[in-house]
Amino acid sequence: MDKVEITREIDARGSYCPGPMMELIRVMRSAAVGDVIAVLSSDQGSKRDIPKWTAKASQEFIGVEELEGYDRIVVRKVK
Amino acid sequence: MAKRVLFVGAGPGGLMTANRLAKMLPQEIRSGELEIVVLSDTPRHFYQPGLLYVALDLALPDGFERPQNRLKVPGVELVVDPAVRIMANERAVVCKSGRRVEYDYLVIATGSVPDLDAIPGFREGAHSFYTLPEALKLRKAIQSFDSGRLLMIIGVPHKCPVAPLEFMFMLDDALRKSGKRNQVELMYTYPIARLHSLEPVSNWAEKEFAERNIIGETFFNPESIDPVKRLVYTLEGEEVPYDLLVAIPPHTGAKIVKDSGLGDNEGWLPTDRSSLKVIGQDRIYALGDATNLPISKAGSTAHYQSGVVAANLAHELRGEPASVPYDGKVFCFIEAGLEEATHITFDYNHPPQPSDPSGMTHWFKLAFNEMYWLSLRGLI
Ligand SMILES: Cc1cc2nc3c(=O)[nH]c(=O)nc-3n(C[C@H](O)[C@H](O)[C@H](O)COP(=O)(O)OP(=O)(O)OC[C@H]3O[C@@H](n4cnc5c(N)ncnc54)[C@H](O)[C@@H]3O)c2cc1C
Repeated sequence: MDKVEITREIDARGSYCPGPMMELIRVMRSAAVGDVIAVLSSDQGSKRDIPKWTAKASQEFIGVEELEGYDRIVVRKVK
Repeated sequence: MAKRVLFVGAGPGGLMTANRLAKMLPQEIRSGELEIVVLSDTPRHFYQPGLLYVALDLALPDGFERPQNRLKVPGVELVVDPAVRIMANERAVVCKSGRRVEYDYLVIATGSVPDLDAIPGFREGAHSFYTLPEALKLRKAIQSFDSGRLLMIIGVPHKCPVAPLEFMFMLDDALRKSGKRNQVELMYTYPIARLHSLEPVSNWAEKEFAERNIIGETFFNPESIDPVKRLVYTLEGEEVPYDLLVAIPPHTGAKIVKDSGLGDNEGWLPTDRSSLKVIGQDRIYALGDATNLPISKAGSTAHYQSGVVAANLAHELRGEPASVPYDGKVFCFIEAGLEEATHITFDYNHPPQPSDPSGMTHWFKLAFNEMYWLSLRGLI
């Protein structure tokens, strides 16, 4: 995961509404195919829900980095 | 020479902040040291939460609209002339009429725009209630809808994140009252893994849906609509039929933000989550729906932010540091039907705390619909 170049990072820490997952969908919609998006999230549900959504929407889940008090979740837009 | 604070946009964000600032610095205004100017692209002010009641035929639009110039306090100058370009390096804004207005501080409160073209087939196939013409069209469609599936779809991002749930609960109550509920299937969909971004609201909605027989689908992001076959196609590969389609349009930032090169791809202003200054711009603040902050696009957000922006402007105009931080506070009323409502509040550091739905809260929400006009003038 260290080697992927991030196109856009979204700081959704402390966001309860719309929340990190909705912020990711927002940015994915306007991103270009191939873009790599990182979401910073302090919501425990994000690392469970984001990979579920990328699988359902046929997008690429790259990984989760657990940092102090938050996670950095990385996804690539593939279609 | 007088210092000038210029506002672009006279929605709740712009107008409330200008009014609050004028009330904080009356002496500076009286002595001619300070000018507060608001540029608006419309002479009328529409209270947007009223659209929900208009679409459901619970109120007429007339009561939700007032002339802008009756909503400002003395010391605020309102100019109806749309801004077309912000030139940050010249500290000036150019208007449609050609007028050029220079500023010492600028506040961008241009809101968000429902984009009816973002999802192909939307204009032909879907009804929404995020603009007055759309709400009136939906009202008509609901009046003649007697049977079949009403499908609610939700675009991302959108303002007022509770409106779609409120719509479902209020419509469910109205259909029961008119005796039509048995012939109508209500289906609600949501983009993420639960029924609402706020977990306690989602848990409450799940229980209500089971009791009221409303179908809830998650991970549902509409990609296109076929208005002839009456089908919605999703990013997740689903294909869902409808008889009446109610949709929350995806939103973008204002055109001027994009045209002035200040926003991101979608026209949202990169904003510091605490100071509410546009990142990299020491003399420009942003608030309300126009920012890229990951918080609810709601009038209450604009309300709390306006106190912060007005206080920081007052400090800066007096040569002091802008020391008041925004803590991410949001407060929302949520209609739970035609007779009950609940409310919820949260900020960057405190998760949402819901209350139990009650008749009292419903009446308070209705009262707030009237009190809004006072809050705009900075009175509450
Ligand atoms: C159906 C519905 C229900 C809602 N319910 C609620 C609710 O219950 N509670 C709640 O808190 N919020 C609710 N909201 C959301 C709330 O109305 C918005 O979040 C709020 O209006 C945002 O305020 P704002 O000042 O940032 O933007 P806006 O109110 O959109 O105002 C921006 C203004 O700037 C003007 N403008 C744009 N570009 C220019 C320009 N170039 N020059 C001059 N002027 C310009 C626009 O015309 C507009 O008048 C609801 C919204 C809708 C649609």
